[in-house]
Amino acid sequence: MTIKMEMSPQEIKQKKPYLEWGLSEKEYDYIAKKLLGRLPNYTETGLFAVMWSEHCSYKKSKAVLREFPNKNARVLQGPGEGAGIIDIGDGQGIVFKAESHNHPSAVEPYEGAATGVGGIIRDIFSMGARPIALLDSLHFGEIKDSRTRYLINEVVAGIGGYGNCMGIPTVGGEITFDECYADNPLVNAMCVGIIAQSKMQKGQAKGVGNAVMYVGAKTGRDGIHGATFASTDFSDERETQRSAVQVGDPFMEKLLLEACLLLTSKHQEWLVGIQDMGAAGLVSSSCEMASKAGSGMILELDNVPQREDGMSAYEIMLSESQERMLLCVRAGFEEEVKKLFHDFGLDAVVIGRVTEKKDYLLKHHGQVVTNIPVASLTDDVLEESSREKVPARIIKRNEQPTWHPGQLAVGDVLCKMLQQPTIASKRIFTETYDSQVRTNTVVGPGSDAAVLRIRQTDKAIALTTDGNGRFVYLDPFIGGKIAVLEAATNLVASGAKPLAITDCLNFGDPNDPEVCWELHQAVKGMAAACRQLDTPVISGNVSLYNESNGTAIFPTPMVGMVGLLENVRNYLTPTVKSVGAQLFLIGKTGNDFAGTEIQKMLTGKFSGPLNDFSLTDEVKKMEKLLQANQEGLLESAHDLSEGGLAVALVELVLHNQLGLSVSVDFAGEQLFSETPGRFVVSVAPQNVAAFKKLMGTDAVLIGEVTSKRECELTYQDGKTVLNLEEAKRLWEDAIPCLMKSRD
Amino acid sequence: MRIAIIVFPGSNCDVDLFEALHSVCNTDAQYVSYREKSLADFDAVMIPGGFSYGDYLRCGAIARFSNIMPEVVKFARAGKPVLGICNGFQILTEAGLLPGALKKNNNLKFICKTAALTVENNATLFTKQYHSKEKIYLPIAHADGSYYAEKNVLSQLEDQQQVVFRYADENPNGSLNNIAGIINERGNVLGMMPHPERAVESLLGNVDGLRVFKSLLEGKVRTKEASR
Repeated sequence: MTIKMEMSPQEIKQKKPYLEWGLSEKEYDYIAKKLLGRLPNYTETGLFAVMWSEHCSYKKSKAVLREFPNKNARVLQGPGEGAGIIDIGDGQGIVFKAESHNHPSAVEPYEGAATGVGGIIRDIFSMGARPIALLDSLHFGEIKDSRTRYLINEVVAGIGGYGNCMGIPTVGGEITFDECYADNPLVNAMCVGIIAQSKMQKGQAKGVGNAVMYVGAKTGRDGIHGATFASTDFSDERETQRSAVQVGDPFMEKLLLEACLLLTSKHQEWLVGIQDMGAAGLVSSSCEMASKAGSGMILELDNVPQREDGMSAYEIMLSESQERMLLCVRAGFEEEVKKLFHDFGLDAVVIGRVTEKKDYLLKHHGQVVTNIPVASLTDDVLEESSREKVPARIIKRNEQPTWHPGQLAVGDVLCKMLQQPTIASKRIFTETYDSQVRTNTVVGPGSDAAVLRIRQTDKAIALTTDGNGRFVYLDPFIGGKIAVLEAATNLVASGAKPLAITDCLNFGDPNDPEVCWELHQAVKGMAAACRQLDTPVISGNVSLYNESNGTAIFPTPMVGMVGLLENVRNYLTPTVKSVGAQLFLIGKTGNDFAGTEIQKMLTGKFSGPLNDFSLTDEVKKMEKLLQANQEGLLESAHDLSEGGLAVALVELVLHNQLGLSVSVDFAGEQLFSETPGRFVVSVAPQNVAAFKKLMGTDAVLIGEVTSKRECELTYQDGKTVLNLEEAKRLWEDAIPCLMKSRD
Repeated sequence: MRIAIIVFPGSNCDVDLFEALHSVCNTDAQYVSYREKSLADFDAVMIPGGFSYGDYLRCGAIARFSNIMPEVVKFARAGKPVLGICNGFQILTEAGLLPGALKKNNNLKFICKTAALTVENNATLFTKQYHSKEKIYLPIAHADGSYYAEKNVLSQLEDQQQVVFRYADENPNGSLNNIAGIINERGNVLGMMPHPERAVESLLGNVDGLRVFKSLLEGKVRTKEASR
């Protein structure tokens, strides 16, 4: 390997290599003149570039993110740490966070997805929590495209490859398809952990003289400038950025997980703080730990375990090699910590100390290579207020006539709808994930939400991820409300009370004022829904620059929501249970066709304005439904989403041998309307009176469960009888068939 | 009965097995590290599923060289009960305690789903509570579960009723003779790809695996009573 000569501070000023690293000239000048009073050297410039990237600093989105509610009586830890924590009683907490790995997955889909999973798992156990579940939210282009099929296969294999080996079940998630994601797929992963509240950890380095210890895998040249890479648009040169994608080693992470949990659960007195080395690796973890405690830090980079020869300080600090953690260990316990990690076959090395002066001092080969204030990296970043502009499509949308499907051959349309990839069975993918390991999975993939029991209690948690691009594209504010509401209805349909959310905000280039407007409006809508539902945003991430050759994806916020069932036995699934049970539709059905699956299927695009709705009414309705379930009145519940009531009805009888007889007082086309906040539930005959009394006008009787294997549908302008075995076959075979196509 | 659960680096169904034995069957189960060199205090040994050493070489190929394995071999040779589940089955074949090998599934993917099985031999330590030819359902979760053995080995397994579980309805992974689980000639070492420990509680929707453990545990109780 050849050692390249690094540019001198003067050369950096003249040649401006930092522009390529994502630092603007204005930022560089501010750093040199205001923060340091001198020209930064090569290493320092690199540290600033990566720490001031949007991925690490949120400089463009911070102001907007402040609009999210992030506190209530249950929140034990809000945003700012590895993950958020909510109180579920009995001294236990649920720890969760979601993160995007979109750009790496577009370039190297297997490793991109795998390391996305690995990173989010580390965020959870860095809090001291045992990871118990994984979910994902994946958005791809249309399956007919051969590159998309390659991306799907590799991303799904990467998620399974990492999670299965770790022994953390992948219990739920979603996969949707739209042209806009073809070159920039979205790969969002969520991890959920459980913790005894007395064992909660923080990513902090305090106490002068305490040791900074490096544990886990060795540092290599992989993933250098990954955070900066995630903060730029894609162009066709992306193939050359392959070295910015990291490579995962789930076996190493399993060892690291067990070692860290042994440390945090049994030897808390040795430990001051712990943090994952995620984006921007050693630099972000170390300076954030120092910054949070108001400390300084000195690091000896020669002590950092290295996988390759001749690494420069710049490379060591910016490497995003996986499966590494940084600890702050109380002085005097270094040997104990080393022994604990060595027992797992892992490196554990003292690489520095906490200092009194609030400086960040790095030494390499006996030279001081960085000497800057800690806060200059973490707190002094120039926040950018973004100019916002309403996109033309939004201004013009009211000029277009509202689109209606019109009179439909309901049976034929429904059969076609069941084969739309976004609606069809995803079993071919979810079957490659271990969804049961740790034996807590009461309800796994394919339901509205996953349900996991909490051992040694009667409780269970329900988990869901919902990304919403199409509605947010048409109306970011209402779409943002719908994104959160959709997650809540998924939990309520599983019998759980929604508690809190995490999010991934997947948007386009923030230098585009229209993208800024979309982001701001979507956050406003989400925040409004979160306040009404009392589900604070306790963690999350922002993924901007999701564009490819100048075209942005649909603005796609992903909501990961956690809910609680006080008694696990109260869980619900969509599948109806008994012949004669009465079917009720909860919530009014409107003419909501903009952004729907039927609009896409019949017109090939999404257009038109969305109808607004009252969050107060939605919350009341959901509370009543939860009460009905607690009183034991429900046999099954399902929330209505893509494909509306028509698709939801078929989904009630996909996994048994029963049938349905249904009659509604609206037109056939409205069977496909996607008015948000609706449910279909089944109630045993003896409970119908009590259920009606409780729900009032929110519930309308629409039919009953029959023993005949067909779905008989009567509506204002017609009647259809659907053969359910045939429908099921279409729904099951659609994606396997598409994935097999060759071109 | 005191049962050892062997834990290798990368084992991840150890907790599930422990909970099945301890919480559901109320049995004394202990985790035993791969580093240990004795199994003296135990009445049975179970090797759980997972990815020992990341399955980075052949599944189970590294685990078989760990400290504890000579003890497991000795334990088996003494005729005491040994059960290997999933990765545990792979390790038992690598260690030579069971014949044949587990190859990559024929679709080359990890598969997690419920498989229909036939109990082919209900006269073993681990299956006496099942009926002969009973159809049961157990979860499978593996990428390398395609059982392979030479022709003569297969015919010996068949002739001596060493095939204990066979996939029914469909063969999910390409196993020869639809083999899902086999026992050694002596009848004390069982290896199986399906996960009985994941099917012991009605809350999780399936209790078909419970009798694998009950057969062993209650079998032992009966012998004790008989010897009194």
